[in-house]
Amino acid sequence: MADVSIRNVRKSYGKTEVVHGVSLDIPDGTFVAILGPSGCGKSTVLRMIAGLETITAGEIAIGGQVVNALEPRERGCAMVFQNYALYPHMTVADNIGYALKVAGVAKAERRRRVEEAARTVELTEFLDRRPGQLSGGQRQRVAMARAIVREPKVFLFDEPLSNLDAKLRAAMRLEIRRLHNRLKATSVFVTHDQAEALTLADLVVVMNAGTIEQIASPRDLYRHPASRFVAGFIGSPPMNMMPGVITAGGGVEIAGGGRLAIDLDDFDIEIGRAVDVGMRPEDVILDSRMQDAAATGQPALAFTAELTEELGATRLIYGKSGARDFAIAMPASSPQLPHGQVTRVHAAPARIHLFDQTTGLSLRNVARAQAQ
Amino acid sequence: MGKRVTFGNTFIGIALIVPQLLLVFTFFYWPTGEALYWAFTLEPPFGGGNQWVGWQNFETVFSDPKYYNSVKVSLIFAVGTTTMSISFALLLALFVDRQLPGYRVYRFAYFWPYALAAPAVGLAFRFIFAPQAGFVSAINTYFPGAWNPATNGNDAMLLIMLANAWKMVGYNFIFLLAGLQSMPRALLEAAALDGAGALRRIRDFQLPLLAPTLFFVLVINLTESFVDSFGIVEIVTNGGPANATDLMVFKIYTDGFVGKDYSLAAAQSIILMLLVVALTVVQFRFIERRVQYT
Repeated sequence: MADVSIRNVRKSYGKTEVVHGVSLDIPDGTFVAILGPSGCGKSTVLRMIAGLETITAGEIAIGGQVVNALEPRERGCAMVFQNYALYPHMTVADNIGYALKVAGVAKAERRRRVEEAARTVELTEFLDRRPGQLSGGQRQRVAMARAIVREPKVFLFDEPLSNLDAKLRAAMRLEIRRLHNRLKATSVFVTHDQAEALTLADLVVVMNAGTIEQIASPRDLYRHPASRFVAGFIGSPPMNMMPGVITAGGGVEIAGGGRLAIDLDDFDIEIGRAVDVGMRPEDVILDSRMQDAAATGQPALAFTAELTEELGATRLIYGKSGARDFAIAMPASSPQLPHGQVTRVHAAPARIHLFDQTTGLSLRNVARAQAQ
Repeated sequence: MGKRVTFGNTFIGIALIVPQLLLVFTFFYWPTGEALYWAFTLEPPFGGGNQWVGWQNFETVFSDPKYYNSVKVSLIFAVGTTTMSISFALLLALFVDRQLPGYRVYRFAYFWPYALAAPAVGLAFRFIFAPQAGFVSAINTYFPGAWNPATNGNDAMLLIMLANAWKMVGYNFIFLLAGLQSMPRALLEAAALDGAGALRRIRDFQLPLLAPTLFFVLVINLTESFVDSFGIVEIVTNGGPANATDLMVFKIYTDGFVGKDYSLAAAQSIILMLLVVALTVVQFRFIERRVQYT
């Protein structure tokens, strides 16, 4: 086991730079997920840790040792690949034991460790089969066992669940986390699926276009997105976004009509500043008690429901606020919202996010947010 | 089942396959049938009536010690040239697959020799390996008489093996490279992470997974070296010295078209055909078993 330290790492293919200076410290035993859309450079970072890609600039250290110049086999990483990369001409047992065989581990010892690894992932009765005779989920387990058996310093996962169906994916997700809790090895898990990242990781790294947008715990990532990109990427359906202007007296005037209350102390902003206002669908509150907002003077937005999706426990309501698309998530037990009827909605001031319109960075006062 | 195009009119169907059947019949079944007939008759060199002689032609062939020599050198040639061309092609394919500098150019360049006609290849090799003036003649300057394919049978055999191997390298290279490149990259990366170095990866993964392709080029190369080596032998050694390179296919030509004994040549053609068929059957029975298709 070891910590992994990535210092200002860059990667270029010819003249095209795809990773623009990434720095990340992964403490020993932490499960880190690198999350981002396809092409954001997350797999490249992982492959640079593994030694499958050269590092154009910067440094990667594993357990305090800089590994830039080391061969993959000298780095002590084990990797689970997206398509599993099992050896098709070898039995499951040989697949799992190959690394030990190369390392020159004696046959009896090898056999013992292969069986132990197979037991961990419940593959014992398949040891004599070949990968071609296994189902997708079983192949996935073989790939896991192959990584476990080496007792590596660092586990690397390159979208290992993306080839499984939804049900199996959720089950494997749990198993991977369980395995991590037991082995406590430093793990880096690359995925484009936010549910995987949020459920598995201690620490989520959100990447976009070759840079890191935010490094945070799943909870902080959701509650305090550091940028408009993270706010839009995390959460489903994505956060509602609309432009607005800060007004005196703790409010933000939404372009195209409506007003929301905010706590000015939460943000680093001045009156009159134009901002992007974000509100999560699940933070939206229906103002049933205020049919006439003008009469009460309470800040709110007008919302017209157009479409309802029943998701079991949750109900999603899609519609418009002014000319803008707007979504609301609410418990399925709450009363139905008739389509076409204008409702007034708002959110608790603490649940409203403000972002700079040009940089997209969150305007939340970091010191205050952390104190909460 | 996929949809098939069907013709309501049987006549169109037949009309469409007739040209192909005609080609196959004209250039394969007719000559083979003719050879079979000739092999059992005595065919006069300048036409005219022929005479049924039964197995007599085959008896003549099998009682000739020169024929056994021809079979022997053909086998040596086939095994030697096939080994050379496949192993060299494999080496080149592995290098190109590793994307060593300049691999894009080599990828094309290696295939060119296959596009050359055999006599052209033979002529080039004859000049390059000429003992008095060729590039290789330098050897003779330091070790007089070390290299002379015109007098030394082993040198001559080596020379035609080389020429034929050189011609076949490009063909084998294309298939082997395609085989190597169809392997998932992640597989070799997984092996690298598992601790296997480049040579170990070749031995444990690339070669076993390339086995179906290797088997295919083996069958093709052996067959080719038996039936398609005439051009090179004719130009480079003309069967000599002292019949050291008198391959079966070359002997068929000399007996038939130089010696004007069509019947004997026809009998030998039939034997060669059966030999190649038998060899291919053997390969499929005994070597293909060890090939794992994945």
